[in-house]
Amino acid sequence: MEHKFERETGTLRVQMPRELDHHSAETLRQETDALLIKYPVRSIVFDFQDTVFMDSSGIGVILGRCRNLKFAGGQAIAVHLNQQIQKIFQVSGLHKVIEVML
Amino acid sequence: MKKEMKMEFSSQSENEGFARVAVGAFIAGLNPTVDELADIKTAVSEAVTNAIIHGYEQKEGKVWITCEIDGQDVEICVIDNGKGIVDIDKAREPLYTTKPELERSGMGFTFMEAFMDEVWVASAVNQGTRVTMKKRIERA
Repeated sequence: MEHKFERETGTLRVQMPRELDHHSAETLRQETDALLIKYPVRSIVFDFQDTVFMDSSGIGVILGRCRNLKFAGGQAIAVHLNQQIQKIFQVSGLHKVIEVML
Repeated sequence: MKKEMKMEFSSQSENEGFARVAVGAFIAGLNPTVDELADIKTAVSEAVTNAIIHGYEQKEGKVWITCEIDGQDVEICVIDNGKGIVDIDKAREPLYTTKPELERSGMGFTFMEAFMDEVWVASAVNQGTRVTMKKRIERA
């Protein structure tokens, strides 16, 4: 996945996988955590542009990264959610924990 | 006449995607809406992930899915021969998970219940688990 760190704003833009399930969540977790260690991240943007499927395994990954970042005073946003992903956010209550910008 | 299919696959996480796509393809003839199809795929993914992570604890095993179409009704069973669930009621509670260290959200059964019309769980410790889910596809 092509994740990007913007140095000026301290923003880590995470490109979410096409299918976010238990299988892809593992890789995503490792990739994101490596970047969070490497860079001085102040905010994280989860970009769902390419994502067509998500199940509850994705929630754990997002929550885990949010928790670590918020603990350090950072901010987390989710962008470009399609209808199905929005529904997953609603049912799980994730939309109350993380800011969503369609 | 009822339409049926049965599949067996090994408990590897790569197969989660295969399982939900296969079920999606099987029910395509009912002309489900994009939402209905997404609901069913999510529910199948949750049940299969549970079998792999909890039933077999990521060790080797087999997962079976049977799917039956009767008119507009779809019934899906996801079965494993894994370690079983000690307390089914507890397992079905939102946010309850036995594996927080794996960052499991505890939302698996909640999702199955939210996206399907009916969900039954039968389980015996050290024998396995069977999750049965039903959904009616509205006629287009």
